[in-house]
Amino acid sequence: MGDFIARRPIWSFLIIVFAAILLWLVFAVWPPALEASLGRKRVFLSALFNGITLGALYFLVASGFTLIFGLMRNVNLAHGSLYLMGGYIGYSIGELTGSWLVALLIAFLVVAVVGILMQVLLFRWMEGQDLRQTLVTIGLSIIFADLLLWSYGGDTFQVTTPEWLSGPVELPFIVGLRSSGEAVMMNYPLVRIAILFGAIVVGIAMWLALNRTRVGMLVRAGVDDRDMLSATGVRVQLVFITVFAFGAGLAGLAGVVGGTFQSLQPGEDIKILLSSLVVVIVGGMGSIPGAAMGALIVGLAEQFGSVYMPTYAVMLTFVIMVAVLAIRPEGLAARR
Amino acid sequence: MRKALLAAALACGYCLAAGPGLAQEKLKIGVLATLSGALTSGGEDGVRGVQIAAKEAGNKIAGKEIEIIVAPTDASPDSALRAARKLVEQDKVQLIIGPLSGSEGIAMRDYSKTVPNLVMINGSSGALETTFVNPSPNFFRFNSDGAMWMAGLGEYVFKDKGYKKIAIIGEDYSFPYTQVFGFVLGYCKAGGEIVQRQWVPLGTKDFGSVIANIPDDVDAVWLGLGGGDSVNFLNQYSQTGGKAKFIGGSIMVDQTVLSSRGAAKKLLVGTPSSGGVADAWDDPRWKAWVKTYQDAFPADKRFASPSLFATNYYNAFNALKQGMEKVNGDISDGGAKLRAELAKLELDAPNGKIKLDENRQAIANTFITEVAELPNGDLTNKFVKVVPNVNQTLGLTPEQFKAVGLPSRTNPECKR
Repeated sequence: MGDFIARRPIWSFLIIVFAAILLWLVFAVWPPALEASLGRKRVFLSALFNGITLGALYFLVASGFTLIFGLMRNVNLAHGSLYLMGGYIGYSIGELTGSWLVALLIAFLVVAVVGILMQVLLFRWMEGQDLRQTLVTIGLSIIFADLLLWSYGGDTFQVTTPEWLSGPVELPFIVGLRSSGEAVMMNYPLVRIAILFGAIVVGIAMWLALNRTRVGMLVRAGVDDRDMLSATGVRVQLVFITVFAFGAGLAGLAGVVGGTFQSLQPGEDIKILLSSLVVVIVGGMGSIPGAAMGALIVGLAEQFGSVYMPTYAVMLTFVIMVAVLAIRPEGLAARR
Repeated sequence: MRKALLAAALACGYCLAAGPGLAQEKLKIGVLATLSGALTSGGEDGVRGVQIAAKEAGNKIAGKEIEIIVAPTDASPDSALRAARKLVEQDKVQLIIGPLSGSEGIAMRDYSKTVPNLVMINGSSGALETTFVNPSPNFFRFNSDGAMWMAGLGEYVFKDKGYKKIAIIGEDYSFPYTQVFGFVLGYCKAGGEIVQRQWVPLGTKDFGSVIANIPDDVDAVWLGLGGGDSVNFLNQYSQTGGKAKFIGGSIMVDQTVLSSRGAAKKLLVGTPSSGGVADAWDDPRWKAWVKTYQDAFPADKRFASPSLFATNYYNAFNALKQGMEKVNGDISDGGAKLRAELAKLELDAPNGKIKLDENRQAIANTFITEVAELPNGDLTNKFVKVVPNVNQTLGLTPEQFKAVGLPSRTNPECKR
């Protein structure tokens, strides 16, 4: 930290000023002049929180995507289909058992098994052939999409929010003052806060697993030099299968989460695939912190875009991607 | 050997081709319906409407067996165009019922002009431009447009409900524009004030920011969303614990939404709206249609009562059937006689008598309704009153109406 400030004094200063402005915007009661130019504070705060929670969802999907890519050099374009599949499975299980947590767990497990099958039956046999693998994943995504359309139809589904997560909570942020001088607090859906919290827990757990455990060490070694790792006697295929299963399972889990606070329908697979592609390109292919950073940026851009420039909101994420590619083509958090 | 096989295969090809020719030729009817995307539930109910009407007709029109070919769309104009081309070019269909959604309708108006033999009867689409601007001679619409469905609602919510100041949230395409157009003309004339209009893309998932953007000091929010979008919005709105009152667009409080799963739809109880049908109207013709609908499908494969879409598609099929019977099923002249008959047809539909104006646009009833909860927990649209024989210019002279301009995000302005 101190090192960073010493090396980049101007950047550090800008970051501190920006953070201070953000904190002030979040905590202060906005003066009327500011409300006139930026709109009401509630809108700003809600866009901020929505962007962060949306980023949390993107992180869940993209972290698996980036992990698989980092280790296996396999751009899994069927990742979005795994998301949608997980969501539908979670919906069915949720309807069946009435429990959201069971739905989460089973979606994770089933989609993880699908991931294992994909790795064992398909990708193992075309190792190192990037183009062929990519084409196979495109084919798989089309097949999955049709199978899902066949079994669930084109309707919109929503995973039922469990009772203990529904409804709003009051956050300690003042959004305005009533005429009596009494402060109006911010109301925010509890389920979104839970999702954000869950994503942070998953992110930290992944970071710990990667940096503090033996398996994590193997994975990191595999990302750096796969051939060397297998030469040292590690059963590298087993590591691949574990990572693929985990990455796919996370996508399935994210499907349930996405189906809870948004909804599921055909086409969602492509949308989420596109978002995770942008996220990992912005963050840097193969990097978990990069995925977190990219997800946050894309989530915030989408939400602030939809509030402050609705017509061009669709473009904004791509503008960011192009900018990152132009300035730092390896991604924001990539080491190489 | 190879030659013999080839010959056999060819012969077989001939006998297959000759097979149906020997039996009486089937009359093919294409149906365009939104079967993916936000308006899926509406498209499915529209198809049910056609199926019921076909069953009532004994699967025959003017003595000919019919074959119904459903072509799925996703509410986008290009999907409708693709589906219609497939029906015409591949299935050789000369009669089409559809499409369902506003902007699809505008695309079909233009497409139908390029296929003069085609007779197209609108399914449920309700954009103003479809029949008002450069109408197509072979496109017929036996349902009101979005603006006509809002006739009388503005005055009603201003005077009877006392909503003096409202905000508007609608999907960003032609049908909600048309609905707002009709609503604003009436509401602002009565003295109401509109403080904000928010437009969201069709198929929006995340309404968080839109909900936060609703002003605090409005009496009600007019909602012009459909199908999956409405359900999404209501779910997310209930999660934020909001307490605003609503005014419903015609497909916002339709059975596609009122029959959806989950508890969020309960927010709609008490919501005034207007449209082409009223679920709980006690007209005998309407009640008979509700009963037919309920008997035709098991309870989990349909809505509690027919949606606007089922009714419109049902009417479209019956209009086509009546027209075809008048010409004895003869469309070998390129459909000219059929078109002439359709243009002067008066349809005795479950939701009232419908006749066409010179643009082949329906003049029909608009119902003002209010959402109520039945003892069994189902939601229904209570009948409040009927505005009879609404025409496309909403009672204005054509010149006055043209002066208002076409529906858009900002037009018409809120003026007395």
